[in-house]
Amino acid sequence: MRRTLAAAAGLVLVAGLTACGGGGGEQEDSEVVAVPPDPAKVTGTITVLTNRTDQVQDGTTQEYATEFAKVYPGVKVEFQGLTDYEGEVRIRLNSEDYGDVLSIPNSVPTNQYPRFFAPLGTSDELSRKYDFTERATLDSKVYGIANIGTANGFVYNKAVWERGGVTEWPTTPAEFLNALKAIKDKTGATPYYTNYKDGWPMTNWGNGLGSPSCDPAANDKLSEIDDPWGPGRDLTVVDTLLHDIVHDGLSEADPSTTNWENSKNLIATGEVATMWLGSWAVVQMRDAAEKAGLNPEDIGFMPFPAQSGGKFCTVVRPDYQYAINKHSKSKEAARAWIEWFIEKSGDARQALSISSVKGAPLPDSLKPFEAADVTFVRLGLGKSALVDDVDKASEIGLGSKDYPQRIVDVARGAADGDLAGVFADLNRRWAEARASVG
Amino acid sequence: MSAPPLAQARRSRAPSPGSPARSRRGPDDIRVAAGGRGWTPWAFLLVPLAFLAAFTYLPVAAMLFYSFTDWDGFSRTQDFVGADNYVELLTRPQLFRVFAVSLFYLAGAFVQLVLALYFATVLSFGTRLGNVFKGFLFFPYLINGVAIGFVFLYFFQPGGTLDTVLGALGVGPRLWLGDPDLVNTSLAGVSVWRFTGLTFVLFLGAIQSIPPHLYEAAELDGASRWQQFRHIIVPGIKPIIGLSAILAVSGSLSVFEIPFIMTGGSNNSETFVIQTIKLAFTFDKVGLASAAAVVLLALVLLVTWLQRILVPQERVEQS
Repeated sequence: MRRTLAAAAGLVLVAGLTACGGGGGEQEDSEVVAVPPDPAKVTGTITVLTNRTDQVQDGTTQEYATEFAKVYPGVKVEFQGLTDYEGEVRIRLNSEDYGDVLSIPNSVPTNQYPRFFAPLGTSDELSRKYDFTERATLDSKVYGIANIGTANGFVYNKAVWERGGVTEWPTTPAEFLNALKAIKDKTGATPYYTNYKDGWPMTNWGNGLGSPSCDPAANDKLSEIDDPWGPGRDLTVVDTLLHDIVHDGLSEADPSTTNWENSKNLIATGEVATMWLGSWAVVQMRDAAEKAGLNPEDIGFMPFPAQSGGKFCTVVRPDYQYAINKHSKSKEAARAWIEWFIEKSGDARQALSISSVKGAPLPDSLKPFEAADVTFVRLGLGKSALVDDVDKASEIGLGSKDYPQRIVDVARGAADGDLAGVFADLNRRWAEARASVG
Repeated sequence: MSAPPLAQARRSRAPSPGSPARSRRGPDDIRVAAGGRGWTPWAFLLVPLAFLAAFTYLPVAAMLFYSFTDWDGFSRTQDFVGADNYVELLTRPQLFRVFAVSLFYLAGAFVQLVLALYFATVLSFGTRLGNVFKGFLFFPYLINGVAIGFVFLYFFQPGGTLDTVLGALGVGPRLWLGDPDLVNTSLAGVSVWRFTGLTFVLFLGAIQSIPPHLYEAAELDGASRWQQFRHIIVPGIKPIIGLSAILAVSGSLSVFEIPFIMTGGSNNSETFVIQTIKLAFTFDKVGLASAAAVVLLALVLLVTWLQRILVPQERVEQS
């Protein structure tokens, strides 16, 4: 009986799904949502989905909403903070109920954007005003605008580095390793903390792409080469440094029990000297230092130890990009919110981040970068959709934790093989995937 | 099941008085006349059956369907690729290498059965503070698996609880989760700690259903505790032991939450389910991942079937 029932249910479902699969001819095109010209005439209630649960809890979002209401009195803004932002939004995208304004989840492929989001403008118009628009551009329409860009580098505890006798930023990976050795010998601190267990902080290593070569096209170039881990390539330089740090015993003893929340305290109190992260992390580490009763100014940020033409380079990548739900009933109000939030709210400055508005001043935490004449490389992302496809087909996961974790495992002898073997394997998989994606 | 199948009950209601069917199917009619009992159980079952269909059979059917497509989890179009996913799975032996990890959990499951059987036997003979021990043993099973993962992360940390306790005994610290040769043993240990309680309760219940006069008779005949265990308890609870073994084997093939929470599958602790989840959600290969899930389902069914053949179910007479 049960078997017949299951079989019948199965048949019905398969038939239903097949029907759905065949009939996907919904109109994908929709009108560009322009910024409303007259704020007084815009009305409606909009829901903003955000991953910043901290801002929802401490009332920051409410303050933004109040400020916004001064300009747009007819619009009511509500927030939904989601702890597991990626996971929950990905599921909700299958319905029509995913807020009015949302950050585009990383897992949505760019070529699917028109299915979920309303276009915000043409790329000609928006790229003059904002950075990083090409990440969310399809057929010369922009579907998402980033609030902030993130520079990548090493968050470090200046006091510990100075006690280790290092006051200048290392300019080569070898110098960097020597500095970490000196810190280990002289201070007893753990020179580097991988955050291996939580994994996601390690995904930042993939963002090192472009730093050693200073090439804004470094990401797009991945779609044209078969050996991203060939000699002298960016990823080779970056991953070799990670490997060497762990291999030389300069990271924590047991990577498998690391703890992200605790790592903030460790670096604040100087038990850990260095971590490779985005510039967004500096605020959190400084907070931790303040809570521990220490000087927040001890937390510094340095670029990747490589120079091109005598200058450091740091790659700037967009954070989440804001988009409008295609099914939203208040698209105008939503568009007004995005415009206001990115340009007027001051959220980017508060997070010590690089505003995506062209010409905005750099945050304080990056002032030393400016002083040292570090080049900010705005990574081109025009071919990121293709690079994504190759990455997924190859099952390498440049933006996932498995690949840096494997390098750490090899470096500490917990996995078979050596770094050259890992690189060869990654190259082989990349080349095969590139051939299959075409 | 005592009620007649749905179709039959419906048919038995229809015949007009005096039709030949009536005299042939007499007993059925009496039952129906006694208040429509043919329908009643189904009315009660409607809601659970609807849940079962909606949350078990429909998803399984959908999974089967996806396993024949190249769906990425997003696109509206799903191209039918036939058996390609299965071919790809079976031609990539490294995807099955992760089953080696299951062997650790299988060994753990064996330990778990023996421990549970031991405690169930001891505690069924009126031990002092017996109920307290029963509580202690069952307690871990009541805790949420996620919480257990986090607790044991601290437990296994360098300089954590385990190292401290072992240090007092003069044993040096180890990297319980960091050492690739040790990590699966540690994780399987957590799994044993968590599930022993469940197996224990199953065994205890079965043992307590054995009539007490059997023990009395055995004692009068001069049987030792071991002999009672060997000749009364084990045969008496054989079906439950068989069931627990099936659960243990299928459980160790599909281990998921403890390694996923504690190590995320890093450091040589990846299981088949973790690998499947990565295929589906990190690399957007929902079709391939569905095929992997179907293969896992088939493996579990195969194991259950083999066990049925190797250890036939017999009815146990307990008198």
